[in-house]
Amino acid sequence: MATDNQAPIDQPPLRSQSLLYGIVGQETRQVTRQVPADEPPQLPVNAELRSIGKPIRRLDAVQKVTGTAKYTFDVQLPGMLYARQVVCPWPHAKVISIDTSAAESYPGVRAVHVLETLLQTARLRDPEAEARNKYPTVRFAGQTVAAVAAETQRIADQAAKLVKVEYERLPHVSELVAAMDDEAPIVFPGPVEQPSTAGGGGAPEGLPQKGNVRGPNFGMPGMTPTGDIDQGLAEADVVVEAEYRTQVQTHVPMETHGIVADWRDDELTIYASTQHTHSVRDEAAEYFDLPKSKIRVISDFTGGGFGAKYGINNFGLLAIHLSQKAGAPVRMMLDRREEHVSAGNRPNSLQRVRIGAKQDGTLTAIDVISWGTGGIAGGAGIGFCYNALYPCPNMRTEQYDVFTNAGPCAAFRAPGQVQGIFSLEQAMDELADRLQLDPIMLRERIDTKPTDDMLARAHERKIAAERFGWDRRRPPNSDAGPVKRGMGMAQAQWVYVVSPPTTVEVRIADDGSVSVYNSAQDIGTGTRTVLAQVVAEEFGLDAENIGVYIGDTRFPWGPPSGGSRVTASVTAPARNAAYAAARDLAARLAPLFDDADPDDIFFAGGKVGVRGNEGAARPLKEAAKEAKFGEISKLAKRHDDYEGFVLSGETSISRHGLGGVQFAEVAVDVETGVVKVERVVAASDCGRPINPKLVESQVIGGIIQGVSYAIYEDRIMDATSGHQLNANVDQYRMVGSRETPEIEVLLIEQIGAQSSTDARGIAEASNVATSAAIANAFYNATGKRIRTLPMNPANVLAALSA
Amino acid sequence: MAMNSFEWADATTVEQAAGLLAESTEQRPVIAKAGGIDLLDLMKEGILAPARLVNLKTIHGLDEIDTENGLTLGALVTLDRIDKDPRIRSRYVALSDAAAHAATPQVRNAATIAGNLLQRPRCWYFRHDHFHGEGADEMESRGADQNQHHAILDNDKNAMVHASTPATALVAYDASVELAGRANGSRVVKLSDFFLPPEMQRAHDSGIESGEVMTRVTIPPLNARAKAAYHKQTERESYDWPICDVAVVLTMEGQTVQNASIVMGWVAPTPRRASESERLLIGNRLTDDLARQAAHAAVADATPLSKNGYKVPVLEAVVRRTILAAAVAG
Repeated sequence: MATDNQAPIDQPPLRSQSLLYGIVGQETRQVTRQVPADEPPQLPVNAELRSIGKPIRRLDAVQKVTGTAKYTFDVQLPGMLYARQVVCPWPHAKVISIDTSAAESYPGVRAVHVLETLLQTARLRDPEAEARNKYPTVRFAGQTVAAVAAETQRIADQAAKLVKVEYERLPHVSELVAAMDDEAPIVFPGPVEQPSTAGGGGAPEGLPQKGNVRGPNFGMPGMTPTGDIDQGLAEADVVVEAEYRTQVQTHVPMETHGIVADWRDDELTIYASTQHTHSVRDEAAEYFDLPKSKIRVISDFTGGGFGAKYGINNFGLLAIHLSQKAGAPVRMMLDRREEHVSAGNRPNSLQRVRIGAKQDGTLTAIDVISWGTGGIAGGAGIGFCYNALYPCPNMRTEQYDVFTNAGPCAAFRAPGQVQGIFSLEQAMDELADRLQLDPIMLRERIDTKPTDDMLARAHERKIAAERFGWDRRRPPNSDAGPVKRGMGMAQAQWVYVVSPPTTVEVRIADDGSVSVYNSAQDIGTGTRTVLAQVVAEEFGLDAENIGVYIGDTRFPWGPPSGGSRVTASVTAPARNAAYAAARDLAARLAPLFDDADPDDIFFAGGKVGVRGNEGAARPLKEAAKEAKFGEISKLAKRHDDYEGFVLSGETSISRHGLGGVQFAEVAVDVETGVVKVERVVAASDCGRPINPKLVESQVIGGIIQGVSYAIYEDRIMDATSGHQLNANVDQYRMVGSRETPEIEVLLIEQIGAQSSTDARGIAEASNVATSAAIANAFYNATGKRIRTLPMNPANVLAALSA
Repeated sequence: MAMNSFEWADATTVEQAAGLLAESTEQRPVIAKAGGIDLLDLMKEGILAPARLVNLKTIHGLDEIDTENGLTLGALVTLDRIDKDPRIRSRYVALSDAAAHAATPQVRNAATIAGNLLQRPRCWYFRHDHFHGEGADEMESRGADQNQHHAILDNDKNAMVHASTPATALVAYDASVELAGRANGSRVVKLSDFFLPPEMQRAHDSGIESGEVMTRVTIPPLNARAKAAYHKQTERESYDWPICDVAVVLTMEGQTVQNASIVMGWVAPTPRRASESERLLIGNRLTDDLARQAAHAAVADATPLSKNGYKVPVLEAVVRRTILAAAVAG
């Protein structure tokens, strides 16, 4: 049995324990880890479990499909007012004056508020770099200036038009390459900083900035250049060199951003469509000087976010001010145009890539320089895939932010990595072609970092290639007719992230019923269901027997739905708390079984009994009533991973990542330029899958979003006016049902021996490889590379005639 | 976006509707509503702010389909009915297919043929209220820089394209529209003469006059040996606006083309006949090579703008494919 170790203060005592490690059904072995002493024994593999690992339907499925699930959009409170923002029609302007009197006296208007502090923007390092003004400078068309709250939406809309704003227009630039010019209009009159959100993005502090160009940024910490690029290129037998361009993509969640703010007396309640209830509470506390204890944030359901829904945002600031002024709840939901223009986007990129390799595939140099624009926000890098996937002695990834007069970017499902993988995995495909190596063989040789994601990908390449039928892949441009088919593959990599402050409470009521509490919101991944499955396992119950209470800051601290971390963060403490509660319950019920040893008490199917005398098991409810134990409550915190992290904090990052490989088959009509993705096979890993059906659903969603990015989505800016022209769901093309390929997901069970559930993330890892796999299939189909996204007819025909 | 308040009037006769519409002024616009699809979009986007809507759906007798002498469609016949009517499908398949590929099933259930023909351009400058308001003057002084969906033919003055895709098929079938006014009775106008190049500042893109109501769309009887095909080329298969659409009506004697009507939509401000292509086909044996020559002729006059050059080869391919499809049509 384990022995306790000496541990520092704040750290739980540890025990040394032998744990199962590896890919189930493939290769497993025992490893020794230091495990917190109060944690339960390691779970067996999923096949031996009752609840965990089972593909059950999500608990709120019926609520969602019948429309009874209450999203923020659906919140209706007595006396609730409706808000409308006043937005600037010019892309760059100084606000001279604002006259709200006509709006304030309009019948039915209850409050008007002018925005004093602008959120969702990079900030001047030295605020004195800009002449002082009462109002924030407008830096993009559609930037919010003020808002009104009224008794009906129509009154609010009418009154918003009555707010008179006098602007002094300033020169603007809304396009990446134009903004890089030394003579370009300046978006910020000095260097700026951009902190990241929990979803990622942002940029390191203190970087140089010249005009609109900020950088270089070498990516995440530890990604500084290594070796000697020139020497590496000189040593190479083959060098592939190309320029790649990706477009701006907007998030387009089903539910737009929005909150309902209800300020009563000295307490503030906020209903928010958010990816982190606590980020809303923390920002509200900061900007309204309220103690966090007086703010409650509720998010029963969030209708998608993909990285853009953190904090209170400008519209939230306004709604809270309006609620305070009017003394009534205020509903502020963005409309579709506001959502496209002001609520976030994935920056575009211009990437110049040079990769050198020896004849056997050994990499000798990787040299990448990238520019991208996130509008008035920073964070337009290309991620860390170049550094994370394939080791190379001579490596440099230089990334620049370019500011433009356009809406701010926000974290978006694998920020940067989606853009980076598009170029990296095409470059690798090109390298394999030049070296006359099968693309899979090249990866076998160069995907060698000693991490769990490397091991996962090695296995995934085998199973996915076989299921996909990779051996049927033909030489490039094999079809004679105008419709050409081809196959391609690409690899994925994303970080494995955990939020150690995550705390979960498990309660057993005096009737023996079990419930679980955490403030994390469910962005749509199925957080309720996985929590219930993990807790149910410890009590021998089914998931639907467990009461799950989430999405409310009154519950113990939960993680952001960002960085693919929720399941990895909440399931381990949920299991630890459930285990402790179950042991406590066993001790209290043991007297009912002739003072049996509590360790022999078991729970199964709603009954409690003693091992060895299963026939005497009795209903838990009945036993609980007799034992009269009151209520049991256990809290457990997410401990660090058993091997620790490379970066610790609220966002702790493991040295292991998430893998995944995707294979795509496409049909390209070379006369019309229409690309159709016909089939995608994805092999994915997420540690131990808690619910394979929900994991599969995440992967399918990632692939669909990846297809949409690869072929259709493209924010179109009009340079002269600075307006987005397709800020609606008609002209902003997205994947539709007929464009959704046949998708097959192969899920592996990988036991990392790092936590009491060994669950890891999946959402972002499932999204990053798709566009590169499609682009590689495009090459196989046509014999031409497409290095510009989206692969719409204009870009496809240009690539084919190049 | 939200709408202003407006009055609503249910018309019971064409004359009454025409009378109400004739009251329209710049200050108090009165606008006809059939299916309401495009109208609602324009009102929500703040492009149109009618003082009064005249509901035509309450007028009896405007929703009939008559196939006795050619084809007559009442103005209120929905796109869904045009798609599903077996008489239309058996004789005017290009029109059925055009209706079937317009918009979405939900929209086709409500959208009428008259409303479809009178809809405004889908140009993203036209659909953005900024370019009708604060940005209108700036827009006047320049063209559409983001012109990837604009015209590649006849685009020297105005490059917006008319939005209706059933119009492409109707022009190929030599259709006319009947317009009823209050004072001067009704008039019949060839659809090919009816459309005007769309403009930002004009209230409509056709020759319809204030106080007129479109009552019918008519197609003359078709040669019994006519064959037809229609193709709408989109970026997506799910609901999408076209890169171009092409309708071809051929009369064949064996393999020889006796008569040809080829019309192209979304490539010029209004549906455009490919006259030179028709001339090349007529009197000749239809081969792959001849179709290729005819398609090439269809784009010979193309003057693509900065961002819509890709439409030229796409149109050429679609014209060729649609000619060949018409030749083998049932």
